[in-house]
Amino acid sequence: MTAALETPIIAQDLVKRFGRFTAVDHVSLRIARGEIVGFLGPNGAGKSTVIRMLCGLLRPTEGRAVVAGIDVAHDPEGVREHIGYMSQKFSLYTDLTVGENLRFFGGIYRVPHALLAERIRFSVEMAGLTGREDHLVSTLAGGWKQRLALGCAILHRPPILFLDEPTSGVDPESRRRFWDLIHALAAEGITVLVTTHYMDEAEYCHRVALIDRGRLIDMASPGALKKRKLGGDLLVLECDPIGAAVTALQEAPGVGDVAVFGNALHLLVEDATAALSTLPDHLARRGVAVARIERIEPTIEDVFVQLVGTSSAGQGTRP
Amino acid sequence: MRVRRIKAIAVKEVLQVWRDPISLMIALLMPFMQMILLGYGISLDVKHLPVCVFDREASQLSRDLIKRFQASEYFSLVAGFDNYRDVTRALDRGECQLVLVIPIDFTERLSDTGTSAVQAVVDATDTNTANIAIGYAEAVVGGFSSDVQVEASAMKGGATDVVQPVDAQSRVWFNENLESRNFIIPGVVALVMALVGAQLTSLTISREWERGTMELLVSTPVTPMELMLGKLAPYFVIGLLDAVFCLAFSVYWFTVPFRGTLVTLFFTTSLFLIVVLGIGYLISTAIRDQVGAAQIGLLVTLLPTTLLSGYAFPIDQMPLPVQAITYVVFARYYVTILKAVFLKGSGFLDLGAPILAMIVYAGVIAYLAARAFRKQLD
Amino acid sequence: MSAPAAAQIEVAGLVKRFAGVAAVADLEFAVAAGEIFGLVGPDGAGKTTVMRMLAGVMPPESGRIVIDGIDVIADPERAKQHLSYMPQRFGLYEDLTVDENIRFYADLFEIPRRLRDERIGPLLAASNMAPFRRRLAGQLSGGMKQKLGLICALIHTPRILLLDEPTTGVDPVSRRDFWRILYSLRESGVTILISTAYLDEAERCTRLALLHQGRLKYCDTPRRLKQLMPGVLLTIASPDARAVRDTIAGLEGVSGVLLVGDGVRAVVDDEARRLPELRRALASAGVPFGAVARTEPTIEDLFVALLRQDEEAA
Repeated sequence: MTAALETPIIAQDLVKRFGRFTAVDHVSLRIARGEIVGFLGPNGAGKSTVIRMLCGLLRPTEGRAVVAGIDVAHDPEGVREHIGYMSQKFSLYTDLTVGENLRFFGGIYRVPHALLAERIRFSVEMAGLTGREDHLVSTLAGGWKQRLALGCAILHRPPILFLDEPTSGVDPESRRRFWDLIHALAAEGITVLVTTHYMDEAEYCHRVALIDRGRLIDMASPGALKKRKLGGDLLVLECDPIGAAVTALQEAPGVGDVAVFGNALHLLVEDATAALSTLPDHLARRGVAVARIERIEPTIEDVFVQLVGTSSAGQGTRP
Repeated sequence: MRVRRIKAIAVKEVLQVWRDPISLMIALLMPFMQMILLGYGISLDVKHLPVCVFDREASQLSRDLIKRFQASEYFSLVAGFDNYRDVTRALDRGECQLVLVIPIDFTERLSDTGTSAVQAVVDATDTNTANIAIGYAEAVVGGFSSDVQVEASAMKGGATDVVQPVDAQSRVWFNENLESRNFIIPGVVALVMALVGAQLTSLTISREWERGTMELLVSTPVTPMELMLGKLAPYFVIGLLDAVFCLAFSVYWFTVPFRGTLVTLFFTTSLFLIVVLGIGYLISTAIRDQVGAAQIGLLVTLLPTTLLSGYAFPIDQMPLPVQAITYVVFARYYVTILKAVFLKGSGFLDLGAPILAMIVYAGVIAYLAARAFRKQLD
Repeated sequence: MSAPAAAQIEVAGLVKRFAGVAAVADLEFAVAAGEIFGLVGPDGAGKTTVMRMLAGVMPPESGRIVIDGIDVIADPERAKQHLSYMPQRFGLYEDLTVDENIRFYADLFEIPRRLRDERIGPLLAASNMAPFRRRLAGQLSGGMKQKLGLICALIHTPRILLLDEPTTGVDPVSRRDFWRILYSLRESGVTILISTAYLDEAERCTRLALLHQGRLKYCDTPRRLKQLMPGVLLTIASPDARAVRDTIAGLEGVSGVLLVGDGVRAVVDDEARRLPELRRALASAGVPFGAVARTEPTIEDLFVALLRQDEEAA
């Protein structure tokens, strides 16, 4: 049981096929106690399918999942006692009040009566809903609803939390507050697995798992991910006119991907130092005035696009 | 108004119906099922009622009477008993609906007094059927008794023109000549049109709201009129095809006589379709979720058509206030026309009043439908 | 906030109320030809309502909208000929194929058959959609659906494109494809108004309008907006981020302390003065920490900081 406590989530070669479609393709991971791990990937990449298998809601086609020390395939009900689950479409009853929802989920999770009042008070305070217990959920703004949903998901004090796209449609301020709560829960030893398609949200996680078309492409801390070799360095170029610059850069040596960002371009070059010295001249000769060119840190999105690109290049499936 | 846009919408609508198994079923299979179900299921005729016999006399005469029952297509003999206990049990178990009890002195009393009584014990759980059963039984017994009278007077050497029990005769006459199926099936055509038309169109706009396609559609230059015509045209054609099917099915399968002209039938059917499709469309513009629209669609078209159009339940037998309501039920006029065209062979001139009523109805609905859709979100 | 010379989209005094609550309040902005103008804000800020009013599908309470010289409020149907609107929710027919959807919209805009066929080819090619012409729209991935939506929106070569959160839930690779098409449209003179809840995506616009509770808060190029950032954003790497936060949260001149995966982010009003103070505070509290680096603020950092500043001012 000690191993389970230190590593509450273990997946080994998880595979899920729906007919001929492979939704999850040999995903293996180990998540430590108190860790916040983000599943990052586009819609339909298989993020939710992995989570559903870990929750015991879906049976894996192959592989094994051990959650809270329990083999999910053998005892899916047992697993559910130890987890809290919250999704974007979390079924809060919008025609019930905040308090009524909390009492309902307290009943569902069989929270002992002696403890229920205290737990509900904690959830209400945590969600910042004090004084709003009698408000109908339908009258709450998105951010409040998400926090209430989280409050409901932790009523039974689960050591593991699965959050499926919890911050969709929440304003930035609320989003930051929400993540603050997640960090507070993690500090108490709760393990959090969260999916998101907001690339920038990866920054909040201790570790990020990049998922594309059912496969785990990479898993590391956000800082480590950004230091991954992209096959080059990233430069930002502000210049005029942009159209001519794009054409000029396509024939420049050592320049890979060129992406337009508003009035600027992001270039992937083989070597930053070499490019910084040669590119301004190359562009000037073609009538492009360079206002600014410098090296920048790649974003998680840059990393993702690059990794997805290389991983699928061999298969040639992506047009 | 641009034909190009109307056509584009109509083509799109046809493709969608074609790819949606449920719509396709409503359009193609529903008419067939309704014809079968209503054609066979709802019959006001009572035929082959199970009858048991407790013949306490077992004479030549009593057997003659039983044979009469046997010969009648309204009854079929299922069992014979020799005590009341079995009679009661058979009725309780529903083995028969009517038990004929012939008294022990049946022949004797008839020859002594000229009259004799038989007892008919009827299961009156379903009073309607019970009444009909009693009526039939009276008719059979009446026929038998008049024959006996004729025979008796012939034996006495008297005249053969004995007055016959007129009431019993009239019942037999009514039922033999007017098959209730002939009376009902023309009305089923109205029911099919109402169901198919309203079901399909009540979804047509609400589906676009529900699936989120409406927002894009209203951002194009399409006009509400183009939208309505494009959307209803395919269903109008489907409705007419269903009408042709119903007509053929009625005439060739149920052998209902068709004495009128096709022109009258299709003109009035078109009017009815305009009303039904228009109502479906109106509902669809008002109610944005599909389930709600479908339910309201059934409520305002199928229900009044079933209950208040007189297709199966004669209007003149309804209470007066209800009769008054039927004048608002558009299907009433169509059913009147259908029955007259099928059975009486009536033409435009004979049907002036109901046709005029339908034209007014169609005009009002078409006007409302054309104005119902606003190209706006809110 | 001076209006650009040749404004393609002009909005003034725009107001919309739902059940008495103002969803859009006194909105005013102008978009020049060839801009990619971003309407940025959280859910419920009023972005969709603005888009709908501009597209002529929702009448405003009051105000003025002029698109390509046409008064949209007075004559929405004429304006619809010149603009294309892509709603947030996929608005195409999932039970029709890619080709059928395109043809349907071409017919609604009465594009002659020959012209239509000439246009479809390049649009399909530019969006890598050519192999999927006969596939039902419902069977496309999220990214492909959005690209199909864009093709349908472009079939009548509109001069103005209104895109309501077109990239929500779309994978990053398709998102880049999508933006590449937008930039090439811009090159050909199309004016684009795009709304997005992805604040990182806002950086790709030529100008941005930050919308909050139906009001326009700031409007400028991403670069100049970032210069409005009050103070400097620092990232403090630490294995014990919570301890760092608890230590520095109350310090003078430090605000917006935020836990991130690798450490803590905070805004300081004066880097030269606060940085040594921070280090001292952490050292005396015995909190382990690593590098302290100046970080380029994202539009989200900016957004949150600006709104907080406004609230404090109020």
